[in-house]
Amino acid sequence: MANYIIPVLFITIFVYAIIKKIPLYTCFTDGIKSALKLIGDIFPFITAIFIAVELLNVSGLSDILTNMLAPVFGFLGIPKELTKLMILRPLSGNGSLALLDEIYLMYGVDSYIARCGSIIAGAAETIFYITAVYFSTTKITKLRYAIPVSIFSTIIGAIVGCLLCKII
Amino acid sequence: MTTSSIALMIYKSPELVLSSMINGATSSITLAIKLLAIYSVWIAIMRIIEKSGLDKKIAKLLSPVVKRLFKGESEEATASISMNFSANMLGIGSVATPLGIQAIERMDKGSLYASHNIILFVVINCTSLELLPSTILGMRASMGSVNPADIILPTLLSSLISTICGICLCMLARKFSKEKV
Repeated sequence: MANYIIPVLFITIFVYAIIKKIPLYTCFTDGIKSALKLIGDIFPFITAIFIAVELLNVSGLSDILTNMLAPVFGFLGIPKELTKLMILRPLSGNGSLALLDEIYLMYGVDSYIARCGSIIAGAAETIFYITAVYFSTTKITKLRYAIPVSIFSTIIGAIVGCLLCKII
Repeated sequence: MTTSSIALMIYKSPELVLSSMINGATSSITLAIKLLAIYSVWIAIMRIIEKSGLDKKIAKLLSPVVKRLFKGESEEATASISMNFSANMLGIGSVATPLGIQAIERMDKGSLYASHNIILFVVINCTSLELLPSTILGMRASMGSVNPADIILPTLLSSLISTICGICLCMLARKFSKEKV
């Protein structure tokens, strides 16, 4: 079913564009041109985030943070074993998937911890990556309450997710 | 955060600082090339959608919600916002990013400070609704889970609650903030 969504979507768009007499090919190449420019714009920000994440992991700072925050998360009902995932999730999508894979191997894919981890990895977003990239083409540097609100809401979501995991 | 990481490494493993920074940069280049391929296809499709006016139609479908949340934004901005939301809900996150950047460009008034509307938009993206966590379902299935799909409902509810919480907090912040934009 899911395999058909994209092709059907594309055909609908193309047919609609042909009916509306849109120059398909020019539009297509124009789009690719802007993709090139967009990557140029966001590349510095992606690199900065990646370097920060790499240093965070290699330096052991993430382990220190994990130890510090584990009791807090434990108190909130998020399994202590998932603290590192909670820290990594807003920074790096691929990194947290790799960590989730380790969690599956260590605790078993159907364990309570692994299911909570799946929910955290699935429901949360890469907050820092999104904000860095979204603002990359504007002059905005003062984000005010954007990041605190996002992080707080994500934690609330994670707490509810872990609670649901216990019930279901 | 980066500074404190480096400070910690001076104490523990100074020889790794430069190499891990270069490692990080290398993986960002790999990602950028992958993204370039994905964006080339998707932005090309988006251009066609825009030129044929389909985006305005999608925007009209979502406009009761979007117009209420983002008061005073132009028609172009509302269209980008609606397209970004629909891409997020369909689970094609790679399209959502270029659309999100476009939406912010269209909402931007050139100020250094993010407006309430822009913040609300970013928060909704950062707590985005996840209808079908397909990557994680795939991972669970390949690891031999008895019932890989039993996380769909809790994931949906968890992301729904974080979105609602984010929107409410933004509304509160807007109400109690001195600045009106």
